[in-house]
Amino acid sequence: MSELRVERRDIVIVGGGPAGLAAAIAAHEAGIRSLTVLEREAHAGGILRQCVHNGFGLHRFGEEMTGPEYAQRDIDRAAELGIDIRCDTTVLSVENNRRVTCVSPTEGLTVFEAGAVVLAMGCRERPRGALGTPGTRCAGIYTAGAAQKLINLESMMPGRRVVILGSGDIGLIMARRMTLQGAKVLACVELMPYSSGLNRNIVQCLEDFGIPLYLSHTVTDIQGRERLEGVTVAEVDANRRSIPGTEMHFDCDTLLLSVGLIPENELSKGAGVSLSNLTSGAVMDDSLQTSVPGIFACGNVLHVHDLVDFVSEESFRAGQMAAAYVRGELQPAEILPVKDGPGVRGAVPQQVRKGLKEDVRIMFRPDAVYRNASAVVVSGGKELARKRSLIFTPGEMAVITVKAAQLLQAEDEGLTVRIERKDA
Amino acid sequence: MQDIIIIGAGVVGCALARELSFCEADITVVDMGSDAAEGASKANSGIVHAGFDAHPGTDKARFNVMGAAMYPALCAELGVPYRQNGAMVLAFSEDDRATILRLKEQGEQNGVPGLRVIEREEIRALEPNVSPEAVCALLAPTSGIVSPYELTFALADHAAVNGVRFAFDTKVESIRRTEEGWMLSTSRGDMACRTLINCAGVGSAEIHRMMTGRDEDRIISRRGQYWILDHAKPEPFTRTMFQCPTKMGKGVLVAPTVHGNVLLGPTAEDIDDPLDTATTAKGLSDVLAACRLTWPQVSTRSAVTNFSGIRAHEARGEFIIGPVEGAKNAWETVGIESPGLTSAPAIAAELARAIAEAEGLKYKADIVPAPKPPKPFNEMTPEEQAAACAADPLNGRLICRCEVVTEAEIRAAIHRPVGARSIDAIKRRTRAGMGRCQGGFCAPRVAEILAEELGLPITAITKNGGQSLMLTSTLAEAMKEAESHE
Repeated sequence: MSELRVERRDIVIVGGGPAGLAAAIAAHEAGIRSLTVLEREAHAGGILRQCVHNGFGLHRFGEEMTGPEYAQRDIDRAAELGIDIRCDTTVLSVENNRRVTCVSPTEGLTVFEAGAVVLAMGCRERPRGALGTPGTRCAGIYTAGAAQKLINLESMMPGRRVVILGSGDIGLIMARRMTLQGAKVLACVELMPYSSGLNRNIVQCLEDFGIPLYLSHTVTDIQGRERLEGVTVAEVDANRRSIPGTEMHFDCDTLLLSVGLIPENELSKGAGVSLSNLTSGAVMDDSLQTSVPGIFACGNVLHVHDLVDFVSEESFRAGQMAAAYVRGELQPAEILPVKDGPGVRGAVPQQVRKGLKEDVRIMFRPDAVYRNASAVVVSGGKELARKRSLIFTPGEMAVITVKAAQLLQAEDEGLTVRIERKDA
Repeated sequence: MQDIIIIGAGVVGCALARELSFCEADITVVDMGSDAAEGASKANSGIVHAGFDAHPGTDKARFNVMGAAMYPALCAELGVPYRQNGAMVLAFSEDDRATILRLKEQGEQNGVPGLRVIEREEIRALEPNVSPEAVCALLAPTSGIVSPYELTFALADHAAVNGVRFAFDTKVESIRRTEEGWMLSTSRGDMACRTLINCAGVGSAEIHRMMTGRDEDRIISRRGQYWILDHAKPEPFTRTMFQCPTKMGKGVLVAPTVHGNVLLGPTAEDIDDPLDTATTAKGLSDVLAACRLTWPQVSTRSAVTNFSGIRAHEARGEFIIGPVEGAKNAWETVGIESPGLTSAPAIAAELARAIAEAEGLKYKADIVPAPKPPKPFNEMTPEEQAAACAADPLNGRLICRCEVVTEAEIRAAIHRPVGARSIDAIKRRTRAGMGRCQGGFCAPRVAEILAEELGLPITAITKNGGQSLMLTSTLAEAMKEAESHE
């Protein structure tokens, strides 16, 4: 039996997408040189590589870029810094003592013993099986991201006549992409009474191409023995149950699913990291440290973002904090919980270190659409921050910053984030 | 002309082919599907039943108990995952208790060892997630679980290395008697044989009609729908949890699978179309409702997929096994429903002996041993994984992340004696695509590997044979087509 090859690193980063790259760059800039990024695919860049549409980078770079262009900036910067990025390398396990085991065709199996680990595995799409949609199990049913990969990276066409279930951003982008490649997109069907995608995508990807969006509808049956032949779509009531008599039939050979993204936390579970039921990502504090000391998480593995710019921003911080941990500068601290109040789901970070003398940015998803409302952070009856908005919607991550001076006034019971309606 | 054609590459057909491959005979197994185990054998509960359900004295009871006893050695020989996890039949009322006592008595008559009635406290001690409503249960320690399709593939592989040929995508359209034996007209041309064996599962009534000209109206297509949940540690149940049987079958079960998933189902619906394996909203919600009785916390939050399988139910609930009445050189296995999987090895052994004797077949002096599949990468220790990577660098490339399947394993599945030729065939042999992402990440990569190994364009790769094409065209072809429409 062969001996295991063990290597030591100050920081090991799991995932070479935008989150992992930003964390690596930040850690390097913070002085860490013993650093390795492990990437499963043959190239760094993550899901951005297949996002050939534009709209990336407006916040971070002040210009509009495609996904690959955005990724290339970080790839180039990492190369400039000489950061060790190992592609074609899959992590098999992360342990709570920060041992990371991975394999690759060229290196075989390697065990890294790391001072700190940054989890940056991203997220995955909910597949058909998780929806429990009945019908046949034929070919032609893809998640939107899988179809995107086939078209943009493999130059293959997954279908000709398409129905899209779910109005998440990837689904909307794929409605346009498939149309531009000559497919006929018959409908986009959304279970909820609102779209979970960005408004600009609804306009640019559906409306501009005359693709109907059916809100409060779902796919209730899937037909076809070999390849998909059609789907049945029905309206749903307030309890999301289909309403008999509202069925419509679509002849189609392809069903794309854009029905939610799930942080990919199998490795985190193996490491014993506590996960949140609301975000499906790690429970963490403002330093992006998880419940396991020295294990940090950032990007979509932590909570699903709308914009990569914010993934990068969050991940820079994760890299800096991991570097601080390695240098022994990040001491265990008492924590204040951050709680979801009315209208708020899955506020992160879930904890803020007590006595922190920095601004803290809290992100969350509203649980419904609110117009002319305010996001408010309170603690023990004191209002610490308030942000007004014309609209809060589950499709767009809401962000509210608590200033350092205000944060110091927080009571031990912690912070509560809630939405207040103007008329309330 | 061949000596023997077996129609149907399900678990019975493959087990029989394997037994007959130990004889001097030229054998082909034909199947309308693109792979072995395409019918009921791929979509059932995967239970090796202890044998208390069948009425004493019936073939079902005899083959069940005999088959169950063969499983441990057979699975070890073939390298198929099998676990004797035990089973409970739960009673929720005093009426149920009477049923439990009857099952125990019946089981004892059938020769099932170790049956015991246990009370509430012991049930909860053994299976903490079981409903507190369960008043007592029949405990059957010899009940087991197996991967039914992996067993079928292993049987087929062993038959193949001993000379049996497999003709897939071959639908039998008509059968006629010839002087020497039989002539089959199939979707892939005519095939002649001396001896014909009908192991066609839900299609066995139709094959019987083609062979004899008489309708076999005793066979009913009975559909069962299932949910499958992602693996969880610890497993919610270590044993197979039955409820009391009804006249439609053994009722709904909650069971672990050999790969650590949780199986919920099946329904029992008599349907007209023996190929209608669609699931329905009602069926899936019925399964959940019934499972809630056993497991109040059941939830589909971790559902991986749902599916259905169709079993051939004989009207009186019996197996029909043996020579076809009124036809020479003709044999059949009809109505092989539960406990058909359990019984298959015993049916095959007994039927093969009868056929060999009747047809005057000689046993071979040398039998090629079963090609044992290597230990799955996912089940290896880190040291074994390091060694596997050193032996074949492609073990260092993971194709399926959910189930941890390597590129070397995928390529090996294509090169098995009865090799994988579709995405689903790879999935069932390696588990690539069986996980929580359901092939979202790995299916395109698996398609590429299949295309490369089989020398096909990637646009020819199917999910499951026939016209189940994964792609409609290349991007360039799609663009050309779109331009020509403008």
